[in-house]
Amino acid sequence: MTPSATQPPANATAPLVPEDPSRRNERWQIRIRGLQKAFGAHHVLKGVDLDIERGKTNIIIGGSGQGKSVLMKHLMGLLRPDAGQIWVDGQDIVSLGDVEMGQLRRKFGMVFQYAALFDSMTTMENIAFPLLERYSLPTDEVIERVRDLLRRLDLAHVVGIEEKFPAELSGGQRKRVGLARALIDRPEILLYDEPTTGLDPVATKNVDEMIRRTADQFGVTSVVISHDMASTFRIADRVSMLHDGRIIVTGTPAEVLASRQPELREFVETSGLVAAGAGAGP
Amino acid sequence: MSTAPSVETAPSQTRERWRGLLDAIEAPLKMTFGYFGDHSLMLAQAIRWLFRRPFRARIFLEQMEFVGVGSLPIILLVGFFSGAVAAQQAIAALSIFGQERFVGATVGLSLAQELAPVFTALMITASAGSGMATELGSMRITEQIDALSTFAVNPVQYLVTPRIVATFIMMPIMTMVFNIIGLFGAYLYSIYLKNIDLGQFIEMYTYWTDPKDYIIGGTKAAVFGISVSLAACYQGFNLRGGAKEVGLATRRAVVSGSVSVLVLDYFLIDLFHILWPYKT
Repeated sequence: MTPSATQPPANATAPLVPEDPSRRNERWQIRIRGLQKAFGAHHVLKGVDLDIERGKTNIIIGGSGQGKSVLMKHLMGLLRPDAGQIWVDGQDIVSLGDVEMGQLRRKFGMVFQYAALFDSMTTMENIAFPLLERYSLPTDEVIERVRDLLRRLDLAHVVGIEEKFPAELSGGQRKRVGLARALIDRPEILLYDEPTTGLDPVATKNVDEMIRRTADQFGVTSVVISHDMASTFRIADRVSMLHDGRIIVTGTPAEVLASRQPELREFVETSGLVAAGAGAGP
Repeated sequence: MSTAPSVETAPSQTRERWRGLLDAIEAPLKMTFGYFGDHSLMLAQAIRWLFRRPFRARIFLEQMEFVGVGSLPIILLVGFFSGAVAAQQAIAALSIFGQERFVGATVGLSLAQELAPVFTALMITASAGSGMATELGSMRITEQIDALSTFAVNPVQYLVTPRIVATFIMMPIMTMVFNIIGLFGAYLYSIYLKNIDLGQFIEMYTYWTDPKDYIIGGTKAAVFGISVSLAACYQGFNLRGGAKEVGLATRRAVVSGSVSVLVLDYFLIDLFHILWPYKT
């Protein structure tokens, strides 16, 4: 059945999952219910309900200032919600203390919009940072793990990359080094914050391939924040749209493209992905 | 009935006037208390994280090098000329009474208790404090501080605590360096340009200055070290915005650091003179 404006689409958020979201679920790795966050008088998240599918590439789309990055920061516990709950593998993370939150964050890796590499450190030091901070591993093992990642992310061929500082790397190289740093501790969930922002079309395509390949190669659950529609529909397994502090549509790319949700239609059509009127239901 | 409104108007006008006055002072009061409160909270956090694992000795040493070695050239330069200028002024004043021989004591005391700790703190505010605010501010806007949190590294423990501890340790050391080079400047000026007797210079200096003068100066310097680095870290760490705000935060760090040094100096020297009165 094709979703329509009068009939709630199969992917509508309200009847999402009838079962208890606090129980560990093989399909959904992260579950969010009623998430609210305000900064002063500005209510950014007004009750977000969202499920993140295990092992898939989940993309959250939305316009600027809709709270996508705020939502992502909640997933890792970098921000605490005013109301609502978040479960990661059935564990309620909202009530966790600093120590437990620190342990939980080991499940996550985050790739920042502009890589957020430590500019006083070399590539080798940047990628090794999580390992050096968390464990007392032999230096040889750390170096070997960094080199292995550099090889797998097609960075090993760059002459002298290990000793280069972030300022000496190109935008694409910085993104991949940022990805390597996020992957070094073998996370289960990878968060990408607008990974294609500021990149040219070719670099964007390369980053898309990198995200796709990383998901396949490392078997991670990917959560990508994006407003790049072309990129989204190239790599997504699931797409959710955040608008006015709520998830208004969620589902597979085909389901989302077929949705008649007016805000989504406007977003899709403005991006030039489909012509106005096309792709809508009956 | 005609008098009723005027009876009610008088108190209501007074109330309005008071409300207006309270409204006018509310915002600056909130800002002032908020400012001190936020600084105190950050200092408390930095101290709390000092005693929690892991201990990153390398970062502490790097910061000590940044504050100490990085500020050494400017402190040597300013210290030398401050000592020489202090001697120049002291000789000019003392010559009125024909007591130029006291120049060693005058400069020694001024340097130990006032000039060395205050000037060192101002120099470190300008060099290391501004550097700290800029570095942390840049790290904030490029999300490097958020990145630390994603690796379960507490940013206050990693960035703020080492800077405050390093400045707290290095400030008294650099103050001693300032004292030594300042005295050297005063010695050169007095002995070689003003023909003051070397024996009298040294005798007056050793008689009138005590180790407690250097303890007072060193203690003040340590307190200044905390205030200067706290102001710098606070401005950088809590920065919001872009490159322009980094510049503004750096300026605020230098201004608030310098003002805090001079204000603290007044209260500290008062306190120390109650505890240890001047030799008479």
